[in-house]
Amino acid sequence: MNKQIRALSARPAAAAIVLFARAITAVRAIWPENGLPSRQCVYFANHSSHGDFVLVWAVLPPRMRQTTRPVAAAEYWLKSSLSRFIGRDVFDAVLIERDPAKRVEDPIDLMARAVDAGSSLILFPEGTRNQTGEQLLAFKSGLFHLAMARPDIDFVPVWINNLNRVMPKGAIVPIPLICTVTFGSSVHLQAGEEKGAFLQRTRAALLALAPQQAGKGK
Amino acid sequence: MTAANSDLLALVAGIFGVLITASVIGFVLQRRISPDGSNAAIENLNARIKAWWVMVILIGVAFLAGRAGVLMLFAFCSFAALREFITLIDTKRADHWALASAFFIVLPIQYYLLWAGEYGIFSIFIPVYAFLLMPIIAVLRGDTERFLVRIAEVQWALMICVFCASHVPALLTLDIPGYEGRNVLLIAFLVIVVQLSDVLQYVWGKLFGRTKIAPNLSPSKTVEGFVGGICSATLIGALLWWITPFTPFQAGLLALIITLMGFFGGLVMSAIKRDRGVKDWGNLIEGHGGLIDRLDSVVFSAPIFFHLTRYWWSLS
Repeated sequence: MNKQIRALSARPAAAAIVLFARAITAVRAIWPENGLPSRQCVYFANHSSHGDFVLVWAVLPPRMRQTTRPVAAAEYWLKSSLSRFIGRDVFDAVLIERDPAKRVEDPIDLMARAVDAGSSLILFPEGTRNQTGEQLLAFKSGLFHLAMARPDIDFVPVWINNLNRVMPKGAIVPIPLICTVTFGSSVHLQAGEEKGAFLQRTRAALLALAPQQAGKGK
Repeated sequence: MTAANSDLLALVAGIFGVLITASVIGFVLQRRISPDGSNAAIENLNARIKAWWVMVILIGVAFLAGRAGVLMLFAFCSFAALREFITLIDTKRADHWALASAFFIVLPIQYYLLWAGEYGIFSIFIPVYAFLLMPIIAVLRGDTERFLVRIAEVQWALMICVFCASHVPALLTLDIPGYEGRNVLLIAFLVIVVQLSDVLQYVWGKLFGRTKIAPNLSPSKTVEGFVGGICSATLIGALLWWITPFTPFQAGLLALIITLMGFFGGLVMSAIKRDRGVKDWGNLIEGHGGLIDRLDSVVFSAPIFFHLTRYWWSLS
């Protein structure tokens, strides 16, 4: 695709994707008691569907949305010209090479540079989509290394509820279901905190946002 | 101006009068009792009144747009209600195609049949065809766990949210001698009586409520609210006879049936909420909860009102 056409169509495409996501899921944000985060931050969320970052993106106020970039797997989003367009032009994703052998750049460096440039990030610390019966997989260490590299940044847990039922693996047609995106209070790396402790603490902060009531997508 | 138009105009003026009065009362209460927004009951009252304005204006616009507008409005209501219902039930991956076809095949067909005026198939499409189709689609995936429960839940969701709800716009298809071109007023009659009954039950209950009527289901419903609300809504229904093809007595009788069905519909739907451990069906309407929270009494009364009217008054 021509570069200018791509640039011109990125915004309408983003608007269309957000509108579609809203029409299907009637998505609603639940902010923490002290309100939505006021400054640049790294949102870390549970990952069970391709649409996860779209929902987080959709509920952010437009001003914050413009500076928020998802962190995603390069090999997935560079596969076809359409996914390249969506990943790079529409959502301006920070693309990470998951296979260490193929890496030309360190993922933590990439993320840290995006943060330095003023972007907020949407990160899925499970590293892959959760297809198991578990609520939340163990976190990969990327979140910790990013926190080490940029210790001042706010890490905000975000629980995405129900989207895995809308589009289970292999489904082509979505089922309209109401989704919620719950934001928690920000977490920071404490002085001298070990990797395991930090990952456990952030994971617990995210799990604490998961709804407990009956009937919510087991 | 035709008679239908002037009746509709008088009705609209009346509804606006009620809403303006409610808004003024809400404003004064807020100034007097809750200037800092601390009284939850008054904040909720004002949120509800605001939402009423939006709902009345939406229904009004749909009425102006004619049959297509009314059908589209209720098709959207069915869609949003079905989405709330399915969100609360325990579905499995094996149900995916059954659920997708409920939304994207069954629902559009039901409203298309209404548009095409195919009453014969409209009245059995969901209870016969969709009810047999859902388990067939689901069984192909071979997952038998909780099979009966899963199928029954989807069938009931379709029954309540699509079949019952579609009987409101179905009132447009009735062919009543001497009432041509005024069918939209039948919808207005049904919706006004049901919703006023809900509101009046609440008001009577707040003023005089002592004896809880069903403490396990709905702690706010009382015998005094029930009797007062049903009686006053029936009376208002009788007084609205001039927008219907009925005599004042018949209008009152139908209003009584509508309000009773609405009351029990509310109880049934709150039993489902209790079972699912939620307070509201959703968050679509500020102050009211989900769409089903507002629609629960309408969906139970609509098919009965439709059939009684069709049986005794309609030629079709």
